[in-house]
Amino acid sequence: MSARTIATLALMALLAVLPPLFFYTGNAFWLDLATRLTILAIAAVSLNLILGYGGLVSFGHAAYVGLGAYAVGIPAYHWLYGGLESLGLATTSGLVQIPLAMVVCALFALITGAICLRTKGVYFIMITMAFAQMVYYAIVSIEEYGGDDGLVIDTRSELPGLNLDDPIQLFALAYVSLVVAMLIVRMITRSRFGMVLRGAKGNAERVQMMGLNPYAYRLTAYVISGAMAGYAGALLGNFTTFISPEMMDWTRSGELMFMVILGGASTTGGPVLGAAAFIILEEVLSHFTIYWHLPFGLLLIAVVLFTRGGLMGFFRGRK
Amino acid sequence: MDTSLLFIQTLNGLQLGLLLFLVASGLTLVFGILDFVNLAHASLYMLGAFICASLTYAVGNFFLAVLIALPITALLGWGAERFVARPLYARDHLDHVLATFGLILVLDTAAHLIWGPEGIAVPLPEAFRGQIELSETLVIPTYRLVIIAAGLAAAGGLYWMVVHTRLGMLIRAGASNRVMVGALGINIELLFGLVFALGAALAGLAGMLIAPITEASIGMGNQVIITAFVVIIVGGIGSMKGAFIAALLIGLIDTLGRSFLDDIFKLVMSPDAAENSAPAISAMLIYIIMACVLALRPQGLFPPKVR
Repeated sequence: MSARTIATLALMALLAVLPPLFFYTGNAFWLDLATRLTILAIAAVSLNLILGYGGLVSFGHAAYVGLGAYAVGIPAYHWLYGGLESLGLATTSGLVQIPLAMVVCALFALITGAICLRTKGVYFIMITMAFAQMVYYAIVSIEEYGGDDGLVIDTRSELPGLNLDDPIQLFALAYVSLVVAMLIVRMITRSRFGMVLRGAKGNAERVQMMGLNPYAYRLTAYVISGAMAGYAGALLGNFTTFISPEMMDWTRSGELMFMVILGGASTTGGPVLGAAAFIILEEVLSHFTIYWHLPFGLLLIAVVLFTRGGLMGFFRGRK
Repeated sequence: MDTSLLFIQTLNGLQLGLLLFLVASGLTLVFGILDFVNLAHASLYMLGAFICASLTYAVGNFFLAVLIALPITALLGWGAERFVARPLYARDHLDHVLATFGLILVLDTAAHLIWGPEGIAVPLPEAFRGQIELSETLVIPTYRLVIIAAGLAAAGGLYWMVVHTRLGMLIRAGASNRVMVGALGINIELLFGLVFALGAALAGLAGMLIAPITEASIGMGNQVIITAFVVIIVGGIGSMKGAFIAALLIGLIDTLGRSFLDDIFKLVMSPDAAENSAPAISAMLIYIIMACVLALRPQGLFPPKVR
């Protein structure tokens, strides 16, 4: 086993053991933190698929998280206040909400990805960000769902055999989802499909020369990543029980990118390590000062200037 | 449709467009010449507004405040180039985006530390508080015309500088081939620093001009930067002409969309549906325009000839 694999397994073991331990010793707050961390880690893992392995710098990933959360909130809202019954969307069933979140995000990724992927480099960065802003403004201007002020989710998703009101069960669902997400991305990137995707990152022309169309591979990865982030969003909606357009602000997308880079892009455990470092740092710094964004920003600059390969870079893989 | 309202909103659109151009021109300079993606560019817009606000109270004169604040924002831009941007030129765009994202956090929080969480209102000078009455229904606040004039003057000055001065020649040469410019014995570090400072001063000027209308506030740059990026993408990244035309286009489309879209929608759908959909669509309008432009011309409307 390489050092990186050991580090990843250790990280995942800690993440499995520590939060419930905190909870049963009366530190419910730390379980909360760990749940948020785990959910954001799923979003970071999904972003890593296209950013780390595909070389596609999507600056709009928070939009998928937000859309996923609204796919929980809007049906719950209609279940309580009426409307949309004919579509079967007035429901609190997670078996409807979660697939809805993933389908909506996959569709959005398909449509916007088809346009975004025609562009390259900084155009791609900015157009993904612009599409995310489009969703942001669309939600802000729909007053029925709270607009700017956001929407309280009165009832969490109902899943057979699970009670998401129980913080331990919610954490367990998030944790298992994270493990599955990591395995899916690992499987994808080691498959033939993933090889083409990674090849296109290094040299798209060469992939094309081999008779393969990088565009189709990238679009597929983009859609998978979007659906996965939508799933994370559905969990996040269930965790916070409050959704607002603020969660898809472009600065949120920047934070997700930072998590991936901080932990180490194109590694299995990197995004999780990055999300953990990010959330814990945010918690510690904001404990000391309300101006915690200042040291945080300086740290971000320092990480970009002085480190290569993120935190996972410290664990060199043996190759 | 009310023609005087149309006239006023067109003026407002021009005003927004020119302010956008001031911000976008700096982005264009820095990206076109230095190939550097500066997300923190609009933080200079915010700092310009705050510095100008403080100075207005300190010296008691808005115009004097603007004159003093301009070199200060230029200096801040130069500092950002020296300490954050310069080490990153050789890296890819992702690193630029992340580092300047960090810079936004630093500058926003620094502004919060210095000026507090509340915004600062900037009083207009006495001379520009008035309105110009063109007819009974047509009244234009004088200050709007001042902004338009200042924006046009800055755009004209920039054009003159880029086309007719030695610095402008070097900037154009740098945009085409910066290695060659360096090889000709030009101090490329100094040139890059100057370009950054110039961009910062332009963004700062936009912030100073808007401050008496919206007041200076934390995060005021974070909305503008996205719109400015839309502008340079629609115009074609690196093209000053593209930035100018796209800025006016986006300014007009955004302003006119917000005031007239529901009227237009009512022509084709029920009033209820129009009332409901118009605000959402008008808020998204510039992004829809951008998506359409990019779908048809991935390089923007006026891609620069080189690169």
